[in-house]
Amino acid sequence: MSERGVFPSVLKHSYADDSTQPFWDAARDDRLAAPRCTSCGTFRLPPTPFCFVCQHRDVEWVDLPGTGTVFSFTIVRHPLAKMLHDAVPYAAGIIQLDGTQGAGARMIANIIDCDVDTLKIGDRVQIVWEHVSDDMSVPRFRLLAD
Amino acid sequence: MSIKNQAAVVGVGATPYFKRGRSFPETELSMACSAILMALEDAGLTIKDLDGFAIYSYSCDPAEVASVLGVPEVRFAASLTSGGGGCAGALGLAAAAIHGGMANVCVSLMTLQQLHKRLGGSEIDGVLAYATMSEGGSPYGGGGGLPPSAAFSANAGLLSPGHSFSVLTQRHMYEYGTTREHFAEIAISQRANAIRRPTALQTQPLTKDEYFAARMISDPLCLFDYTQETDGAVAVITVSADRAKDLRQPPAYILASANGGTGRWGPAIFRYFQAPDEEFASSGHRPVAKRLFEMAGVTPADVDVALLYDHFSPLVLMQLEDYGFCPIGEGGPFVAEGNIRWPTGTIPVNTHGGNLSEAYIIGMTHVREAVEQIRGTAVNQVEGAEIALVTGGPAALPVSGTLLARSAS
Repeated sequence: MSERGVFPSVLKHSYADDSTQPFWDAARDDRLAAPRCTSCGTFRLPPTPFCFVCQHRDVEWVDLPGTGTVFSFTIVRHPLAKMLHDAVPYAAGIIQLDGTQGAGARMIANIIDCDVDTLKIGDRVQIVWEHVSDDMSVPRFRLLAD
Repeated sequence: MSIKNQAAVVGVGATPYFKRGRSFPETELSMACSAILMALEDAGLTIKDLDGFAIYSYSCDPAEVASVLGVPEVRFAASLTSGGGGCAGALGLAAAAIHGGMANVCVSLMTLQQLHKRLGGSEIDGVLAYATMSEGGSPYGGGGGLPPSAAFSANAGLLSPGHSFSVLTQRHMYEYGTTREHFAEIAISQRANAIRRPTALQTQPLTKDEYFAARMISDPLCLFDYTQETDGAVAVITVSADRAKDLRQPPAYILASANGGTGRWGPAIFRYFQAPDEEFASSGHRPVAKRLFEMAGVTPADVDVALLYDHFSPLVLMQLEDYGFCPIGEGGPFVAEGNIRWPTGTIPVNTHGGNLSEAYIIGMTHVREAVEQIRGTAVNQVEGAEIALVTGGPAALPVSGTLLARSAS
């Protein structure tokens, strides 16, 4: 079963390691958390073992507001798999997260509850989580009311 | 010291091009071997002369090909990493091997059969390959199943190169006012070139009405902005500039070659899209283009014909910007003014029809056309072409560019 505009969660587990587990732990509680370099303050998502600005390794996990801006997107109209026939057209894009520096900490996600014919870059969005298993919560974004 | 004019492409071989899966019962191995033998024959060489494999995207296994064809001794076997971004750069790899004294006769090639795989990301046997692709290009793989980073992209709904480049394109339109009219001009002009070529899989002209009536695949890209899905193999032979003078064909000298890209471009597309803002809505080629022209000692104005990797039409436009044929952000108006049309434009682009309308062999058709343009034997010949640009990518790093020249002066 799937719902138009919603990309079905194909990956049911987080396959986490120590560097990503805090993200999924927060997600289970409906929080968006991201690792911030303790040396220079740069956020990096997905988590990586080194800071790309200062090459330090240590991070602190910081809760983000979960809001952001559509940086770019596409409307997927052609289903690449049978299971997507009922899901298309859906929006998928890049979200610039509030509380971060932007590039380096963007998220890619399905954008739901939006009109695929009027969605535009710059639209404000908020994260919503679907808890699909004990260890995996899928982030999507929906349009914020003006 | 550089590889400038130290080596030349002297042989080209290709199988026919086929629609996806239609090359069966040939295999990727058999097509690779056919193309190699034809390329050697074209150069006036034999399998006894071949001693190097300078490839990209791990296009074949040199161990297997050398064994099947009975290559007496392999002295060099290396691949540029990542995918199609390396097609033009493979010629630079060949030149480096030859100039460095590691090999004498190098083959660069691609062979492709989309029977049990589809590079466009469509499911095969229920598997969406790109949704769960692993990191890196090691044939040994990660060994531990999915990497932890996969969970940050698999459920996003971006499932294919086309989806990725749609996102890139949308941003270019937002920043610079680029429109679908501009993409239409690229698709239509390349189709006009293709239908004059017997090798092309597209045989009918494309009108603007047909373009705008086509179904959207992933906004803002429609069917005609997407490459075809095809099969076939293309191989080229590179030797030293000295040796090239004595062979069968006029040499296409490797004037310059460069590959790479900004580190933070990295694997940016397909997965995380973390490229810096100033480079996001680009082809990723800017640093490569700069090094390429520096090595060659020429400028974009000296280039007579450009074979630009065109898996998606907007990326042609972005490469025109990144290689300096027009200012950044002005690729749309530049193509709209007819500048890329053959034979009248200021810089004819993809005179063979490109991936969009001739065939998609992951960039090697562009290399083939560049050589034919320099030899003066192209179907859509740019009169008096002295310098041809051929590019690979945009894709994950490295992307690449090579300049071929008629003379080594």
